Amino acid sequence: MKNFIKNNIEKRMTLPALVMVLLLAVCGCETDEDQTVATLTNLVLSEEFDSDGAPNPAVWGYDIGRGPNGDGWGNQELQYYTDRSDNVEVQNGVLLITARQESFEGASYTSARLLTKDLFEQKFGRFEARIRLPYGQGIWPAFWMLGADIDENPWPAAGEIDIMEYRGQQPTVLVGSVHGPGYSGGDAISKEFILENDRFDTGFHIFGIEWGPDYVNFYVDDFLYNRITPEDVTGPWVFDKPFFILMNLAVGGSFVGAPNAETEFPQTMLVDYVRVYN
Amino acid sequence: MKNIKYKNLRFVFLLSLSMAVFYSCERDFSDDVEFATFSTTADVFTDSPVGLGSNFYFPFLNSKATAFRVDNEVGFESEASIRIDVPNANDPEGSFAGAIFRIDGAGRDLSGYDALTFYAKASRGIVIGEIGFGQDFEENKFQVTRNGVTLSTDWVKYVIPIPDPSKLVEERGMLWFSAGTDATAGFGYTFWMDEVKFERLGNIAQPRPAILNGADIAQEGFLGIPITIQGLTQTFNIGSGENITLTAKPGYFDFESTNVDVARANELGEVSVVGTGEATITASLANVAAAGSLALNVTRAFDFAPTPPQRDPSDVISIFSDAYTNVGVDYFNGFFIPDGQTTQGGAPPLDLNGDRVINYTQLNFVGIGFFTDVAPVNATAMETLHLDIKVNEAIAPGDFIRLQLLNSVGNNETSGEYTINGDALTTDGWVSFDIPLSDFVGLTDRSQLGLLFFITDSTISDIFVDNIYFYR
Repeated sequence: MKNFIKNNIEKRMTLPALVMVLLLAVCGCETDEDQTVATLTNLVLSEEFDSDGAPNPAVWGYDIGRGPNGDGWGNQELQYYTDRSDNVEVQNGVLLITARQESFEGASYTSARLLTKDLFEQKFGRFEARIRLPYGQGIWPAFWMLGADIDENPWPAAGEIDIMEYRGQQPTVLVGSVHGPGYSGGDAISKEFILENDRFDTGFHIFGIEWGPDYVNFYVDDFLYNRITPEDVTGPWVFDKPFFILMNLAVGGSFVGAPNAETEFPQTMLVDYVRVYN
Repeated sequence: MKNIKYKNLRFVFLLSLSMAVFYSCERDFSDDVEFATFSTTADVFTDSPVGLGSNFYFPFLNSKATAFRVDNEVGFESEASIRIDVPNANDPEGSFAGAIFRIDGAGRDLSGYDALTFYAKASRGIVIGEIGFGQDFEENKFQVTRNGVTLSTDWVKYVIPIPDPSKLVEERGMLWFSAGTDATAGFGYTFWMDEVKFERLGNIAQPRPAILNGADIAQEGFLGIPITIQGLTQTFNIGSGENITLTAKPGYFDFESTNVDVARANELGEVSVVGTGEATITASLANVAAAGSLALNVTRAFDFAPTPPQRDPSDVISIFSDAYTNVGVDYFNGFFIPDGQTTQGGAPPLDLNGDRVINYTQLNFVGIGFFTDVAPVNATAMETLHLDIKVNEAIAPGDFIRLQLLNSVGNNETSGEYTINGDALTTDGWVSFDIPLSDFVGLTDRSQLGLLFFITDSTISDIFVDNIYFYR
């Protein structure tokens, strides 16, 4: 299963490839090749963003500023995070996280980071969001999770699951990763998924994981593109405790580089919903 | 009898058949109207030209007509490609390579595609001036140009997005290019193109059309003087994340005026000025608003300078006039900015429906030069300098326009000045001056005149100038 996914399915399958797979399936090959994207269907969190204004405060808090060390959240990010409606607001059934180019508290950009820390956390389950991404050099949106014990057990020991990361300068490429002790930052266990004949900034796509005791399955829309298990990580498996959810839109930083003159502002990440199942 | 019966039977059979056919035709027509459509063939060149017919290659005027051939040895994952041998600049057969590939026959329906794509490489790293499609040597209505396409020595895929595919329902211009040797010191090179085809990539997005290169321009408009909207572009972000800006013809745009009783734009981007008042011209492309606008304030017809009298050509040396043949001029504004010049305008002169006028603004001093790349003027046989000046502002006591003529610029230079006092000028009115060259005190030699300065020391800052010529 693991090898098949890792080595054979790099991109969304073309029709001939799909026919081939079906033929192989008909020929009685391993049942492992059936892809079941999501099996967990008991909805436990459903943030649909149906009320205009600020997102539900019972679920969503904010990180404000440039990070505890003032260093762009450890990534040299350039934005100052706020909870102003200019940067985060629900409108017409969609959560808008907007990065703006403006001088603010010493930064050249503003944006927002929402998190469910101390408000919602869960061990295992299915976590997904339907999002339309922004675009442009230096634009870095993410939908991700951190171990809920991060205050006692600092990163990377707490663990991080990046359900969706994306570089605005690569509008067809999604990155899904896990970070933990011995495999964090540039050494994260990571895989790219390339959208063929489409892109992530022109329509909504579902970004999700299904997470169990010894695996994290990564999917986009109805396509499972990666499975990470304890055998894949080069350190202890730390994904066996509650995690909370984060959504943010960074500007600049080590993952994407700085915006350039061609980057259009403002840029907005549109979130239709966030749903969690177990 | 038998015979007749047979005929009747056949008639009945044919009638019923035709009724059936007619009936089914009618059903087809009313249920599902299908319009005549043109070929949707995507390929332009694979291993040979595809569906272009026999007579498809039309080189540009003054280009080397034989620059194109099919190379049967080089290709992208194949053994054939379009080969363009860009000639040396001094090639007697043509100084550059440029041509259109036009279908010899009916056009294609390209509305289902979103880009022209091709692989290309060159014999050296080079920037090809222009590559595009939609040029047919007829209306060129939907011509698209990607400027400055950088080729390397290995095959790379290039994308030229279609600004609005819905416009291309019958297009004959499949490919065009123009390549010169400005960047190679006049020396030629070769480039190849292969797998030239229209594709639906699905990742051409984020359209950002613009008119006037995205600038919001406000200017005075004059009754009856049309203005052509320039700087029409469409920018896309393509799948690689690269922004590609194309030059697009007005045919892709829809123009709008806030007041059609003042100004209106047609499908060619030509703005007609039809009444007094204010109007702003904007545009959209495929329902996306274009950046840039032209705000016109129209109060009057343009007041042109008086037309000079007819003269024997041998009695006139004209620097700037629509009435005579002008000598070559390097510039109408030398922009001597290090010397403190503030003057704008004249680069180029205004073109009011074919009638050229110079408008200097922020004038403190400005020079018209005719000695660098052109022969200086030998005005030895001439007696008089004529010019027409209109001052577009109030004239205060002490205002002046000083004219200075320089001979043999920078080399045993001599010069002379003549000062027009403010009381000889008229606010908002043309005044003609005929100044004896002998009044330019100090100009002892006028056999190599090269510069004419207008100096006001900012006392007068906005003027029109026309009809600058020497005569006898």
